[in-house]
Amino acid sequence: MHKRNFSILAIVFLVSAAASSKAGRFAGHAIAPGTIEGIISYTGTPPKMKPIDMAKEPSCAKQHATPVMTEAVGVGPGNTLEDVVVYVSAGDKGPQASQPATYEQKGCQYIPHVAAMEVNQPLEIYNHDQTSHNIHPMAKLNSEWNKSQPPGSPPLKVTYEKAEFIPVKCNVHPWMHGYFAVLGTSHYSVSDDKGTFTLKGLAPGKYTITAWQEKFGTQTEEVTVTSGGTTKANFTFKAVPY
Amino acid sequence: MNSPDSSHAAGPQGFWRKYVFSLDHKVIGRQYLDLSLVAVTTGMILSWLMRLHLGWPALSIPGLGAIAPEATGGIITPEYYLSLMTMHGTIMVFFVLTTAPFAGLGNFILPIQIGAEDMAFPRFNMMSFWVTFVAFIVLVSAFFVPEGPPLSGWTAYAPLSAVGKDAGPGQGWGQTLWVISIGIFCIAQLLGSLNFIATTLDLRTKGMSLARMPFSTWAWFITSIIGLIAFSVLLPACVLLLLDRVAGTSFFIPAGLVISDRLQPHAGGSPLLWQHLFWFFGHPEVYIAILPGFGIVSHILPAVTRKPLLGPRVLIACMIAIAFLSYTVWGHHMFMSGMNPFSATVFSVPTLIITIPAAITTLLWIGTLYGARMRYNTAALFCLGFISVFVSGGISGFFLAQPAIDSYLHGTYFVVGHFHFVMGVASMFGIFAGVYFWFPKMFGRMMNETLGKWHFILTFIGVYCIFMPMHWLGLAGNVRRYSAFTDDYMKGSIPLHRFITVAALFTGAAQLIFFYNLFRSRFRGEIAPANPWQATSLEWTTSSPPPHDNFGGHHPVVYHGPNEYGVAGKDGDYIMQNSPEPEPVAAAS
Amino acid sequence: MGKLFAIVVTIITIVSTGIFLSHIWWMPPDFSLLGAGIDHQMMETMVTSGVLFVVAQLVLAGFVWRFADNNDNRKIKIFPGGATPMVVGAIILVGAEILALTLVGSKIWASIYVAPADPHALKIDVQAEQFAYYFRYPGPDGKFGTLHPDLIDASTGNFFGLDPAHDTAARDDIVAATLAVPVNTPIQLELHAKDVSHAFYVPELRIQQDFVPGLVIPLHFTAIRLTKSEIVCTQLCGLGHYNMRAYLEVLSADDFKKWLNEQSGQ
Repeated sequence: MHKRNFSILAIVFLVSAAASSKAGRFAGHAIAPGTIEGIISYTGTPPKMKPIDMAKEPSCAKQHATPVMTEAVGVGPGNTLEDVVVYVSAGDKGPQASQPATYEQKGCQYIPHVAAMEVNQPLEIYNHDQTSHNIHPMAKLNSEWNKSQPPGSPPLKVTYEKAEFIPVKCNVHPWMHGYFAVLGTSHYSVSDDKGTFTLKGLAPGKYTITAWQEKFGTQTEEVTVTSGGTTKANFTFKAVPY
Repeated sequence: MNSPDSSHAAGPQGFWRKYVFSLDHKVIGRQYLDLSLVAVTTGMILSWLMRLHLGWPALSIPGLGAIAPEATGGIITPEYYLSLMTMHGTIMVFFVLTTAPFAGLGNFILPIQIGAEDMAFPRFNMMSFWVTFVAFIVLVSAFFVPEGPPLSGWTAYAPLSAVGKDAGPGQGWGQTLWVISIGIFCIAQLLGSLNFIATTLDLRTKGMSLARMPFSTWAWFITSIIGLIAFSVLLPACVLLLLDRVAGTSFFIPAGLVISDRLQPHAGGSPLLWQHLFWFFGHPEVYIAILPGFGIVSHILPAVTRKPLLGPRVLIACMIAIAFLSYTVWGHHMFMSGMNPFSATVFSVPTLIITIPAAITTLLWIGTLYGARMRYNTAALFCLGFISVFVSGGISGFFLAQPAIDSYLHGTYFVVGHFHFVMGVASMFGIFAGVYFWFPKMFGRMMNETLGKWHFILTFIGVYCIFMPMHWLGLAGNVRRYSAFTDDYMKGSIPLHRFITVAALFTGAAQLIFFYNLFRSRFRGEIAPANPWQATSLEWTTSSPPPHDNFGGHHPVVYHGPNEYGVAGKDGDYIMQNSPEPEPVAAAS
Repeated sequence: MGKLFAIVVTIITIVSTGIFLSHIWWMPPDFSLLGAGIDHQMMETMVTSGVLFVVAQLVLAGFVWRFADNNDNRKIKIFPGGATPMVVGAIILVGAEILALTLVGSKIWASIYVAPADPHALKIDVQAEQFAYYFRYPGPDGKFGTLHPDLIDASTGNFFGLDPAHDTAARDDIVAATLAVPVNTPIQLELHAKDVSHAFYVPELRIQQDFVPGLVIPLHFTAIRLTKSEIVCTQLCGLGHYNMRAYLEVLSADDFKKWLNEQSGQ
């Protein structure tokens, strides 16, 4: 498998300078994409997440054997944080992302809680529930709109032109909250339920990366990416209970 | 205005002065009726869309997606349903029920019935039509703004209607245009009311005392007085609402509201203030919608029963009593509103008392049928239908007038059934009766009676199938203004909703008979004589249609009231108001 | 044509009355201490109105059937007594009914809406918003924390805008999306709205009340049966109005304690 990648990568490398998202390792060549990865954690006491009572929407309530929790501060094992957006704020921003990002309304939740996307990257919003939703992204720099999607509606297709962290709510179901992280780069990663993030396909060089958490704000770090190497960068947020 | 010179008798000849910017009350009356026709067609189509959605919420309506960008794929979203409902109510109440029976028929007929050449202020009259027209255009333009038409109902309760677009779809420009449109409409109505009052008081011909005025003239006169006071309150209310929306005032918005996750920058206002102002107008408004019907039915019944109306002075006294009492009852729309609950008891007393003059008038009409020699032409049938549906709607009002019962039925389909019976049906039947009765006078041709009778019977059956079931839905607790019925206890009512939808489409289709009859009769109807119904009032003394100055240069002199039927007159079993023959000493009994 | 009209009116009258009497679509059985009073008022009105409706429509139909012009030169007849029996009849019959219904009805109305709640009633704070209800119980300290609209944050479940960081009374407030109440216990709801006008309606409780932004409106009731039913909104509040509901659960005293504990554990 590596030999095959080796031949393909060699051709790509010879033909174009565009970074591909699959980084191979080949010994002996000077330039290869690198990776930044790390863990987001917190100190202090984060607020307790509360269970969401979806009783008012029975078709959603019955999809959850146990109630889902609010997601504003998602915590993982070892004091880690989920749903933190890590992105390149200075340095090579990468090629324009063109694959659509997706956002789903399912079980009266937004999945994912935070959808990261690049400016002008298409976004498709689906309603998989038996109830009507009215998604309302409350943008300040971009245009603010809301749109109803009765059950069985086709997906909404939107793009945002300016970088902004847009809170998203459902006008019909007050507990539904999420974010669109519209970024000026295609190098982004949202931390998973163990708090880990990975930025791949970075051309070697100096970068500033920013981590954003919806309640705790942002933190930045300066990182250097080596050719074909993996650089570690961790973030620690200060959590307060209220 | 009263000079009988011959150039005035001929009227202006240019196209624009004759048909568009005419000062002639007859042209203006027909313009109002044409506007109402467009409005009622629009309002009816909106109601079909609403009913289709209620019966079949996932239905994709062909073509709707092309006209209405809010209805993607032709599927009506919850907010679009509420917008349709808001525009349906607004268009029907203002541009049909307030316009057709009063400004439309009244404008055409009242001056002739009192023996005048025109209204007291013909320029005001022309202006009031064109201002109404502008109000209609402004309202309809709300369909085409990006955020869609308003969705707060024709009642536009604050703060939903006052805070602006944070409150949701349709509450941006759509709601602002609504407020502006209704404000403009108020101005038109005030001009119209002034005209009717001045005309009735000052331009009656010789011998036409107030007591000898036809019942329809009395009704229009009383209606115009109600309108003067009621619209004088709605106009400033709309101004205040507009200021809250665009100038940052807080007449109707208190502090501390969080809408769309934003703390609203208002303080000190009261949502209840809007309700008081609106309903102080709103209740008299429903009497503005129905009183012309009272007058029209009272005017037509003697002609089609060939006997005098029972208790003519009692009827007029009842109309005056209803008009007066209509200002004391507005709080019955607000029993659940959060105003002091003791005031509910206070408001319920005049609300129940107003039942008495309404019951008396109904008994007078029914009593007039006793011993009659009825001719069942279409106008007569719509009068009889009016009585039946007014009984039904009036009785359901009896429930809502009591706070203890309203606490269960408020906000349910019982209310929707009630007001549609009295407004949507009874008032419409009054308009239909007036149109079928006065069409020959207005256009010089008879409407087709066979088509008219089909129109009547299909409509009469249809409206009962639509609105009687709504009372049952209300008793079962089915809430109104819902775009879909997803609550457990309401799901069982969907089959009845589908029945209502089918009845509504069927009844709507029956109106095509009326439209066809209207247009066909204009050109192919039998030529009408001056007095096809052998009626007594002054409009039947002149040609069909009347000349420009109504009486061809001479002024009629009146010797009798309008109620001389079933007597030995020189022309038959009636005596015309301008006939010099003496009144018989003993009327036939 | 007159005869056809008379027949149609008669059929409509009989069918409508039949459906009313059959109770196919009717009020659900109530479970409120004061519900019987409302139902009694409703029945009185229904019977009176029913009689008036049937008599008026059938007399109308009868006269229309009977008094057609058959070209027979008969003389018209005036109703015996003229207008006087109409006036007297309306004033006495309708007037008397009105007086009776108003007197009786105002008593039941006052007992629900004017009379204050039992001084030992369980107080529950109710917030209506676009498009859900949230209910707040005071918690073990028996005190409600202060509301701060600027702190409302639905994403963390802080629907009421409580400030537990600085307000100790707020720390144990129990917020729920379901209204649970113990049976046979006087309940005092305190209704306030977050954004626009809403309403609280439970058909089986026979009570209804608008929420008015800027006001706190009390509403009291006692539920007398263990049951679960829906609370729905009857005041147009925006696009989600049709979807605005919560469930009312009437629990035994023990179950209610258990429920409160579960909610407060969150």
